[in-house]
Amino acid sequence: MLAALVIVFREVIEAGLIVGIVMAATKAVTHRGQWITGGIIAGFIGACLVALFVGAITAAFAGMGQELFNATVLGIAVVMLTWHNVWMARHGREIATEMLTLGKAVVAGSRTLLALAVVVGIAILREGSEVVLFLYGIMTSEGGWSLSILLGGLLGLALGALVSVLTYLGLLRIPGRYLFAVTSLMIALLAAGMAAQAVGFLEQANMVTALGTVLWNSSGILSDSSLLGKVLRTLIGYNDQPTGMEAAVYLATLAVTYILMKIAAPVPIPAHLRR
Amino acid sequence: MSTTANKMKRTGAALVAAALWLCFAGLPQASAQQTVTVQISIQNHRFQPSVIAAPANQPIALRVKNLDPTAMEFESVSLRVEKVVPGNGEATINIRPLAPGSYKFFDDFHQDTGNGVLVVK
Repeated sequence: MLAALVIVFREVIEAGLIVGIVMAATKAVTHRGQWITGGIIAGFIGACLVALFVGAITAAFAGMGQELFNATVLGIAVVMLTWHNVWMARHGREIATEMLTLGKAVVAGSRTLLALAVVVGIAILREGSEVVLFLYGIMTSEGGWSLSILLGGLLGLALGALVSVLTYLGLLRIPGRYLFAVTSLMIALLAAGMAAQAVGFLEQANMVTALGTVLWNSSGILSDSSLLGKVLRTLIGYNDQPTGMEAAVYLATLAVTYILMKIAAPVPIPAHLRR
Repeated sequence: MSTTANKMKRTGAALVAAALWLCFAGLPQASAQQTVTVQISIQNHRFQPSVIAAPANQPIALRVKNLDPTAMEFESVSLRVEKVVPGNGEATINIRPLAPGSYKFFDDFHQDTGNGVLVVK
C-alpha cells in the first residue's frame, strides 16, 4: 500500500501544485471552477489514452516518440501559460475592478480559462499516464484489484489534492493588490521551467545538441528527484544538472514573457482624463 | 477590440517563432562521436544483466527490452533518464557521453526488484 501511495503522490504532486496556482491566478475570473474541473477530467481521460497507446507512442519517430510527445505537450503548456500572463497583463485589472460588463467579462475570461484548463489537463495527462500504467501493472500481476493498492492509490491522490488546496489557500493569504503580481511571476517561472524541461526531452531525443554541456551539478546539495527538489522543479524549474541550452531556454522564456507583458500592458489613462 | 486581436496574433506569431528557433537552433551540430549500443532486458521485474558496461566519453544508446507483459519505467537519477518501456516492448534511451564511474538505474514501478548499475570505464 505504501509503495502505491508514494508513487501516486510523487506523480500527482506536480499537477497538484499547478492546479493550486491556476486557481489562485484566476480568482477574479467567473466560472473558473467549471473550466479547471473540465481540464482535470480531460487530463485524466488523456492519461488513460496515453497509457493505452504507450507502445505506439514509444515506437513513433524512430523510438523517440515519448520524448517528442513530452516536449510537444510541455511546449503547448508554455505557450498557454505565457498567453495567460500576457492576457492578464492587459485585462486583469478590468476584470478585478469589474470594469467590463458581466457578459463581456464571461466571454473574455473564458479565453484565458481555456488556456489554463489546457495547462491543467496537460499536467495531469503527463503524470497521470504513469500512475495508470503503474496501477494497471500491479493489477494484472496480482490478478485483480487488491484493497490495499486501491487504498494506497486513493490516499496518494488525496494527498495530491491536499497540495492543491494548501497551495491555493496559501496564495490567497497574499493581499489582493499583490496577488496578481505574485501569481504572474509564479506562472512565468512555471512556464520557464516547463520550457527548459521540453528542451531536456529534445536533448534526450538527440534533436538538440547545441550547448549540451552540463553547467553545474548540485545533486549532492539538493537532488531534483527528492520531494523538495521535485516541488522546486515544478515551481521554479529547479534542475540539479542543467545543460547550457536548458538554462538559456529558461532565461529566454522569462525574458520573452516580461517583454510581451510590457507590450500588452494598457497605457495608463492621463490624470486629466480620469473620472 | 481589433487592435487587441492583432496584438494577440502578433504575440502568438512571435511565440511560435521563438519556439521554432529554440527547437532547431541545435540541429546542425550533430554529434560526431560514435554511439555505442548497449542492450539490457527485464524479466520478472529484474534487469538482465543487472550490471552493464560502457566506454567513457562516448554517447550511449541503451536498448531496454521488456519481456514482462506489463509496462516498466526505466529511471536513473544520475543519468537523468526517465522512460516508460511498454509491456512486451522495447525502448531506446540516449545517454550523453559520461565520465568514468558507476551509474545506478531502477524500474520506478518495481523498485524492490528492478535495480541495476551501468559501469563506465
